[in-house]
Amino acid sequence: MDDLLKEYLPILMFFAVAVGLSIVIVVASMVVVPSHPDAEKLSAYECGFEAFDDARGRFDVRFYLVAILFIVFDLEVAFLFPWAVSLGKIGMLGFWSMMVFLGILTIGFIYEWKKGALEWE
Amino acid sequence: MAEFWSIYLLPGIIILAQILAIVVPLLLAVAMLTYFERKIMAAMQLRMGPNVVGPFGLLQAFADGAKLFFKETVLPTSANKIVFLIAPMLTFCLSLVAWAVIPFDDGMVVSDINVGILYLFAISSLGVYGIVMAGWASNSKYPFLSALRSAAQMVSYEVSIGFVIITVLLCVGSLNVSDVVRAQAEGVWFFIPLFPMFIIFFISALAETNRHPFDLPEAEAELVAGYQVEYSSMTFALFFLGEYANMILMSGLTAILFLGGWLPPFDIAPFNWIPGPIWFFLKISVLLFVFVWVRATLPRYRYDQLMRLGWKVFLPFSLFWVALTAGVLVAFDLVPQT
Amino acid sequence: MILQGLTFYLFAAIAVAAATMVVSARNPVHSVLFLILTFFTTAGLFVLIGAEFLAMVLVVVYVGAVAVLFMFVVMMLDINFVEMREGFLQYMPIGVLVGIILLVELLMILGTATMSPEVMAAGTEPIPDLAQRQNTAALGDVIYTKYIYLFQAAGMILLTAMIGAIVLTLRQRPGVRKQVVAKQLARRREDAVELKKVQPGQGI
Repeated sequence: MDDLLKEYLPILMFFAVAVGLSIVIVVASMVVVPSHPDAEKLSAYECGFEAFDDARGRFDVRFYLVAILFIVFDLEVAFLFPWAVSLGKIGMLGFWSMMVFLGILTIGFIYEWKKGALEWE
Repeated sequence: MAEFWSIYLLPGIIILAQILAIVVPLLLAVAMLTYFERKIMAAMQLRMGPNVVGPFGLLQAFADGAKLFFKETVLPTSANKIVFLIAPMLTFCLSLVAWAVIPFDDGMVVSDINVGILYLFAISSLGVYGIVMAGWASNSKYPFLSALRSAAQMVSYEVSIGFVIITVLLCVGSLNVSDVVRAQAEGVWFFIPLFPMFIIFFISALAETNRHPFDLPEAEAELVAGYQVEYSSMTFALFFLGEYANMILMSGLTAILFLGGWLPPFDIAPFNWIPGPIWFFLKISVLLFVFVWVRATLPRYRYDQLMRLGWKVFLPFSLFWVALTAGVLVAFDLVPQT
Repeated sequence: MILQGLTFYLFAAIAVAAATMVVSARNPVHSVLFLILTFFTTAGLFVLIGAEFLAMVLVVVYVGAVAVLFMFVVMMLDINFVEMREGFLQYMPIGVLVGIILLVELLMILGTATMSPEVMAAGTEPIPDLAQRQNTAALGDVIYTKYIYLFQAAGMILLTAMIGAIVLTLRQRPGVRKQVVAKQLARRREDAVELKKVQPGQGI
């Protein structure tokens, strides 16, 4: 248990170093460099004219669909990880159990495909 | 007091030194990578490339860095300031922390955790946040569109990367990154039996790092510079560093998963004299050259084609290959016993 | 050992504080960001008890996928949250009432619940020693064989989620011309161009 945690300590420290470094870089530049703000400089970029309205708008529902499908497939991948590691021990039952699982999801995938959810217009 | 020294302080300092021994060369490598990218592209387009600053223009990247450092950090009035500043920092941090589990030689790794591959997968799945946060916080049209595109794109290719990693793990039977390389020491490098997966992984890596021909998030012809439009000075530099560090990371990961990491190509006399880290470095360099080569050669993908490639070609194919690999391993009783 | 304890309290404190911020932050995007922080620190807590696989999967699935969807929704949907808050006081009594009823129900269930002996037995499944069997492999040993029914049920649930998402969100837009790759590839030169011999001064 302690051995296990000993391996994670460097990761924690790595996070600390990375965060510290990025803050130092940004803050140092901000401190060193004089700031001369003016309204034009601080306005959002637009091709030569003032921005008409707030940039955040609604958009195609397809992006949400992609995100939801991604969650499903990501979970599928998450289930595959322990399977790939212990396939040697769980034998035929484990193998076919996963094949059925993948089969079920392949049905879903085919449904998606036929429905045109993967088409991008 | 002596106990405190030997138990906490000394190991702490050693770890810190190891971390710095990775971070500093990595940042230097990023600087050199930008230089070599410009040089290689120039050579491919019959130009000279940077040649003024330092001998052969070698110091160009440092000159660029110094210039960026002394520029003003612009915080747009319409932006959400905190998120606006966190986004580049996040991108930069994620590209650094992933290196904690990358082995440079047998046993030469900062943290040898059991679930290293999953850790890398987790870190790479977070890459999307930097871009989405930047695009949203800028509150400007181009970054917003870019964030949308890039989120959907990275998410789509993440899935096939997951399946490709699974096929490798099936042949290894462990999630430890060093074990992946050790498994290749006994047999052949995985790019031979899993050649299609190697190709898919590399192309998906291009898409994950928003590189050509999948650089739609920053397509300069239509989105100016995508999510980086509103960024200046060091906040921009952090995005830049993060992106290039990610490229090196993805090359390193490809080298570990398919090209035998630190292993020499043949375990015979002249090859195994050269130490492992150098082999690893050479493999990464070759892959990075391909990254640049692809950029100089291919035109940009169209967005619908990009999504089609991810969901309709790579996903079913890699899924099929997972089943095939597992089937072959089980049928011929080759499954690694763990 | 001290370090382990300190890390635990650090992570636990951040997790609780971030979770509080999730419900109290004014800007919903900040809420999502705090939610991500909560997931992260929870993953850290999982690591501290030796559940490596769970920690990583928490990050991969919740931070890498679920929170991305949340982020999409709150960032891009552009809901006017000031307007939504207006009715807050007006509806508060009903909200409080519903909350109390739920709490009472939960307490009643908790007070009377018993577990069947088989379930209790399943809960005491011995966890293999970490030194001998890795966390991930130990999970893999049981999920696909011992808990095969639950595993297949999970597959069914994912299928339902997939179909549900498509049924709810898929809208066909009329009049959109899609790229048909097969058609493009099937196109031959003969279909597209024709070579005509044009006599000088005559035209076609």
